[in-house]
Amino acid sequence: MILKKKELTRELKNFTINFGPQHPAAHGVLRLILELDGEVVERADPHIGLLHRGTEKLIEHKTYIQALPYFDRLDYVSMMCQEHTYSLAVEKIGGIQIPRRAQVIRVIFAEITRLLNHLLAVGCHAMDVGAMTPFMWAFEEREKLIEFYERVSGSRMHAAYIRPGGVSADLPLGFLDDLHIFINQFNVRIDEIEELLTGNRIWKERLVDIGVVSAKKAVDWGFSGVMLRGSGLPWDLRKTQPYEVYSEIDFSVPVGSSGDCFDRYLIRIEEMRQSLNILEQAIQLIEEGPIKSTNYKLNPPSRSEMKVSMEAVIHHFKLYSEGIVLPFGETYTATEAPKGEFGVYLISNNTERPYRCKIKAPGFGHLQALNDMSKGHMIADVVTIIGTQDIVFGEVDR
Amino acid sequence: MTISIKKFEQLTKIVPTLTYQRIGDESSIVVSHDKLILALNVLKLHIGYQYNMLTCISGVDFLGKDYRFSVVYDLLSLTYNSRLRVKVFVNEITPVPSSIEVFINANWWEREIWDLYGVYFDKHTDLRRILSDYGFEGHPMRKDFPLSGFVEFRFDESKKRVIGEPIELTQEFRSFTFEKPW
Repeated sequence: MILKKKELTRELKNFTINFGPQHPAAHGVLRLILELDGEVVERADPHIGLLHRGTEKLIEHKTYIQALPYFDRLDYVSMMCQEHTYSLAVEKIGGIQIPRRAQVIRVIFAEITRLLNHLLAVGCHAMDVGAMTPFMWAFEEREKLIEFYERVSGSRMHAAYIRPGGVSADLPLGFLDDLHIFINQFNVRIDEIEELLTGNRIWKERLVDIGVVSAKKAVDWGFSGVMLRGSGLPWDLRKTQPYEVYSEIDFSVPVGSSGDCFDRYLIRIEEMRQSLNILEQAIQLIEEGPIKSTNYKLNPPSRSEMKVSMEAVIHHFKLYSEGIVLPFGETYTATEAPKGEFGVYLISNNTERPYRCKIKAPGFGHLQALNDMSKGHMIADVVTIIGTQDIVFGEVDR
Repeated sequence: MTISIKKFEQLTKIVPTLTYQRIGDESSIVVSHDKLILALNVLKLHIGYQYNMLTCISGVDFLGKDYRFSVVYDLLSLTYNSRLRVKVFVNEITPVPSSIEVFINANWWEREIWDLYGVYFDKHTDLRRILSDYGFEGHPMRKDFPLSGFVEFRFDESKKRVIGEPIELTQEFRSFTFEKPW
């Protein structure tokens, strides 16, 4: 019996589903087109841009100070880190030196922000995978940290506190004491969350050997931050390209070995403990002094100064109407944001507005690799992988 | 953090650069678009430079110049802890060869520049829009594209869906840039 060739071949089409933009586990607005073979993912095509707000174009039409609040709203779970990067970029072009007290305050808030971010990352990741309780406990701790944001800037989330030239206002009285009390009780909180997750058999089965990224692949895909350290590369911008007072602070950087989701989760937990260590040291380093550079051509004077001195009034007026004028220059400044390397590529053209402000968000690079990381895994693992990449659409879409 | 001046001078001789610049501790080189892939390959694979990570690709629009678009590649070397910027200048009709063969993560960055600026990348495997809306026309980040865009959307009761109509602004967009503040 001769079989015709067309009887021997079958045409297969993969089953395509839409892991839609509205989904409790999609971490924001992510439209993921999954091509499945049964339950196993053959291809994952993320459609982003559903939260695109035109931030970069808007920044081109605003002065440097007016552009600052846009950065809060990019990665809306770790707000001050973005402001920090932008302020460093503006200060680099302008050649502005900031006083030491402002540097230490910035480091304190960068680490508070790291705690905020990792609490949300681990909590929401656990919730996506199925554990509800760590989410609730982590958010209670976040409430305490957000109270620090509110005390210092007036706003719980989008603080607009770290500005080019320093910080906008000094720490209120009693702030450092309360921060110290928080640090003392926080270790136990991390222990509580870890107790639920790290030794848990179900958690390990869901996370070990999922989304494995080898060191070579991590570098090829342009990963940074926890994704890179999870694969064994000890790259942390706070150690390799230190900024502010990080070179004076002694802390260690956790590095994973197998590059799977479980390693990255453990790294985030350990980074939270290291952040507490950094906060303790930073509180010791702080000293009396100004919190903004006193060059009134670049920084607005304080309000009390403005009410008495004529020059201060003129400087205040010029700075809040026209703004600072940066000379011709360009810079790419990056800091170790909790999600990875957050970079700002700023081009200035001797006017009061940035000519081009490109925002390099770590989540953009990580989400690209989602297709590669989720091949061969099942749909539930895609949720785990999105959670471990710590994707927040504010920064991916801008 | 970037490579030492001596190494930078050597680099400009090995890689086919048109011009180079070093501001403070940041170095950048300009290459022509047909030598781009060669330059990126040399920078990635040469044992003395090893720029193995592509951090990001940005587009810049210098409206008014002949070659108005600049595509800027930010490279990072993990082994030597240094950064380098590689720039290419093109106009609206010149395509840039896609660096997806050299750096696999160039995929989305190039899609973004195509979507927002209109710079075409040759031999890119999947060049489609990424950030703008599904039926959007135009390249929004160009300097001649207005901030408010051309279309505004509203919900139409009779058609029971969201429709797009040409924009109607009650007041012209005022940009406060004066020679003197008075």
